Amino acid sequence: MFEAVAFYLFAFLTITMFIITVTTSQALYALTALAAGMIFISAFFFILGADFLGAIQIIVYTGAVMALYAFGMMFFDTTRSVKEKQGNKFIITGLSTLAAVLVVLIVGAPMVSNNIVALYPTIDGMGNVQNVGLILFTKYLVPFELAAVMLLVAMVAGIVLAGKKMDRSITLTNDAELEIEKNKKVLS
Amino acid sequence: MDTAYLIETIIKVVVILLIFSALAGIGTYFERKILAFMQRRLGPMNVGPYGLLQVAADGVKLFTKEDIIPTNVVAPIFKIAPVITAATAFMAAAAIPFFPEFTIFGYTVHPIVADINIGILYILGMMAVGLYGPMLGGMASANKFSLLSAARTAAVFISYEVVSGLAILAPIMMVGSLSLVDFNNYQIGGISHWIVWSQPVAFILFWISAFAETGRTPFHLIANDHEIIDGFGTEYSGMRWGLFFIGEYANMFFISFVIPLIFLGGFGDGSFLGAIGLLAKVAFFFFFFLWTRAAWPDVRPDQLMWLCWKVLMPIAVINVVITGFVMMF
Repeated sequence: MFEAVAFYLFAFLTITMFIITVTTSQALYALTALAAGMIFISAFFFILGADFLGAIQIIVYTGAVMALYAFGMMFFDTTRSVKEKQGNKFIITGLSTLAAVLVVLIVGAPMVSNNIVALYPTIDGMGNVQNVGLILFTKYLVPFELAAVMLLVAMVAGIVLAGKKMDRSITLTNDAELEIEKNKKVLS
Repeated sequence: MDTAYLIETIIKVVVILLIFSALAGIGTYFERKILAFMQRRLGPMNVGPYGLLQVAADGVKLFTKEDIIPTNVVAPIFKIAPVITAATAFMAAAAIPFFPEFTIFGYTVHPIVADINIGILYILGMMAVGLYGPMLGGMASANKFSLLSAARTAAVFISYEVVSGLAILAPIMMVGSLSLVDFNNYQIGGISHWIVWSQPVAFILFWISAFAETGRTPFHLIANDHEIIDGFGTEYSGMRWGLFFIGEYANMFFISFVIPLIFLGGFGDGSFLGAIGLLAKVAFFFFFFLWTRAAWPDVRPDQLMWLCWKVLMPIAVINVVITGFVMMF
């Protein structure tokens, strides 16, 4: 019974939060509702017994939305509502409804036809963390490593874009030029 | 789910809430007294013997003060921000084992609300959510100083969390579990088994990031009174401001529980002496928070980010790598 109550409560809360995120024209409301919705989603992981993923959901999305807040702070006066450009409302509503129906169909079809099998069933007597680790480092090792490489590339790119004087290579400029620059700095 | 378990859980939740809300108040008394003695003053002396009832006087003042919602603020966010700080602090406490289990009237009590097997991750996550309070409060109030404080909160958040996560990773690798009860049982053999001896670097790093997490003095830049008035708290009054305060002090107490549980043996073998030992360790760490406030200056936000990203994070990564190699060979 507790599972059912918790599920419906958090389902209602999550959907409400995301509706607020989409519909409001106030940047602060949208961001806060987004953060709340993301954190409420973790409740479903806890209900399903996937404690580890639930905690990871909380940690990852608090950090991610915090970065969004920083951008919100830079681009908007967050205490005023933003004037939005309203496009064709019918197209927007139609497309989003279509997308929602499609997602439900894609996820629901295997369940309806009872065609869903756990390829790697969880092993009894092992914790959440061990199960996730096992599957991540055997079956999904290549995607995992690929994700790691992509994150590394993104990090290097971020540092190069944001860092000062990162656009010129010291190895490619010859020593004489460097020497001149050094002297310039000393003089100025 | 039987009724006895339900009643037990509710009682535990209420007891933790009451004790730590009261401790937050008494914590302010300790802070004033200790700061006063270190600065050769007397501190609160007038209300009650040695100023002990000052806490009650402050409480009455906070509760009866008018709750002002200024014009131009984003009212719903402004109202909910202090609640986030206080609530998440207490939610984090759900996974902390405060005492060893004991038997009362033939009924064994586990003084932990929920022994989930990812305890430490959950605690760190909830405490991180707690920073949303200052952030939202700062952004919702139409005040330049509050906005500065919100920006600083974001800076603190993205700096300290990497360090605390990476620092805690090395002990987790040694213990092989994320539950604080397992951490305690790993160190059950006495002082020589404490994790602090094998992970001194991780201990120091986690301690430093605890200061950033609770926003205490070396990293007290979120609500730095002498630079940005009270930061996010500038526009608040009455009990809403009090909730921020309770959240901050409850967080200090809870992190003072977490540090000994991870690194300093916790409550040991679960005897009465062990429980007293844990309380003594908690008292020391709480005292240390106040001590640094009296002794150290504040750092600038850019200095904090420099420290976290360029000094502490590389050290933490090297510590994790070395721990991995030592465990492998």
